[in-house]
Amino acid sequence: MIVADRKSIHEILDMVKDCSNILVVGCKGCVTVCNVGGLKEVQILAATLKIARKKEGRPLQVDEALLERQCDPEYIAMIQDRVNDYEAVISMACGVGPQFLSEAYPNQRFYPAVNTTFFGGAVAHGIWEERCAGCGTCIIHHFDGLCPIARCSKSLMNGPCGGSDHGKCEIAKTVDCIWDKIVRKKMEQGRLNDLLQVFPAKNWQTARDGGPRRSRREELIQNG
Amino acid sequence: MDDLKSGSNLEKVLKAGHFAFTGECGPPKGANVEHLREKFRHLKGVVDAVNVTDNQTAVVHLSSWAASAIMVQEGVEPNFQMVCRDRNRLAMQSDILGVYTMGVRNMLCLSGDHQKFGNHPQAKNVYDIDSMQLISLVKKMRDEGKFFNDDPIDVPPRLFIGAASNPFAEPYEFRVYRLAKKIAAGADFVQTQCIYNMERFREFIRQANDMGLTEKCYILAGVTPMKSVGMANYMAKQVPGMDVPESLIKRLKGVEKNKVAEEGIRFCLEQIEEFKTMKGVAGVHLMAIEWEHRVPEIAERAGLLPRPVIE
Ligand code: SF4
Ligand code: SF4
Repeated sequence: MIVADRKSIHEILDMVKDCSNILVVGCKGCVTVCNVGGLKEVQILAATLKIARKKEGRPLQVDEALLERQCDPEYIAMIQDRVNDYEAVISMACGVGPQFLSEAYPNQRFYPAVNTTFFGGAVAHGIWEERCAGCGTCIIHHFDGLCPIARCSKSLMNGPCGGSDHGKCEIAKTVDCIWDKIVRKKMEQGRLNDLLQVFPAKNWQTARDGGPRRSRREELIQNG
Repeated sequence: MDDLKSGSNLEKVLKAGHFAFTGECGPPKGANVEHLREKFRHLKGVVDAVNVTDNQTAVVHLSSWAASAIMVQEGVEPNFQMVCRDRNRLAMQSDILGVYTMGVRNMLCLSGDHQKFGNHPQAKNVYDIDSMQLISLVKKMRDEGKFFNDDPIDVPPRLFIGAASNPFAEPYEFRVYRLAKKIAAGADFVQTQCIYNMERFREFIRQANDMGLTEKCYILAGVTPMKSVGMANYMAKQVPGMDVPESLIKRLKGVEKNKVAEEGIRFCLEQIEEFKTMKGVAGVHLMAIEWEHRVPEIAERAGLLPRPVIE
């Protein structure tokens, strides 16, 4: 899933400093799973904003909404009756949400309440880690399902580099060296020779470097 | 010597079977060319080639290619370093052509320290290709006369291709494999990380000999004299992939404070003595960090002077 972190309350307050009423829109998708933009978080943000503005003596009216997903036009349409009743709208979805909202409602102002960070998962309760960089051409079958593109700090395809130390990456003792894991897994399986080949340079055209990407499924595209 | 790949002095020295001796020089954090020329003069005639570091430790310095070109002017042979951190394959290929036209004949291909360590940790990193792929890129340019995309090159660059190897980084078991990969990718010579743990290095070279790697590629053993106990402690604890045994720190602590540097040099000289007779070691790479002025003395005491001159 997409993992995000909430922006600081100061940053969000600053975005809406000129407003007297706003709508906060959550999302039941990934940001609910990573406890950042679901129902509970919408309520907390709304209450926090109200309290902060009350303290300033400039009360802010905050209404709440929660969409099934903010990355689908059909759900975006569900707030069409009320979206323009506010001076601004804060989206608690990943970066896709405020953009879909913005495209659907050109007269409204939308602000992101979260920083969208990576594609990852929960490795322990309350801890999420990056697992994929969405490079567009998955190669992890060569590495027993471990991704050196997203998880090696240098995206090395022929690592480990000389900085690998006690299973940790040179950049920080808190970061695992994924190449250490790849090599150890190969050794355990007696297949270290797999890594003797020189993996050729990656074609980054399928990654973000090829420009914005699009996925088309002909069988799903309806005519007319 | 038509069968030379690059015709560099380093290549000639190694090919003729001499024990090679290379040095290292970091360009300044500024445009102080005079200071740089001064450093080069200490090394002239004392080493076979001098590595010119490329934004080492991810801190901005005068560019490696410019410093290499100045070195050529001073009559010292550069070993131009290039890291993968800062350039994509377009920039790399144009810089490779560029240095070649400036008279550079040796090039060392490195991943580079992550920018997190340096003075611009906010930078966007590149790592378009890795050091292994960079080695094969240079080889392709030289041997096939082709760019990475297969377009022909009008006058290909002829470079002696170097790589780095760290026998002490983990997982140890893989280190000799990674060396094998670099050689398969096209490395003509390899310089190792600073060696302090001789025990482990002997084992590494033994493995490399067993795998036939030392016959395919020249291995230069890396040494850096310890200047102080503080430096030894710092290297032991702070520098990733560095292996400084407790016994060496003890040895340095065991002498008077003003004799620690001398003890560091002595250890280094003992190492060089051993490398001279170690099967599979073709020379020494001395990284005398900001100690260029002491390299002549070390070379003299190590019995490495005069350097061979090969026409
Ligand atoms: S190889 Fe690419 S697609 Fe596959 S996990 Fe890594 S970043 Fe994601
Ligand atoms: S230490 Fe490991 S994860 Fe970190 S950059 Fe080097 S190979 Fe990649």
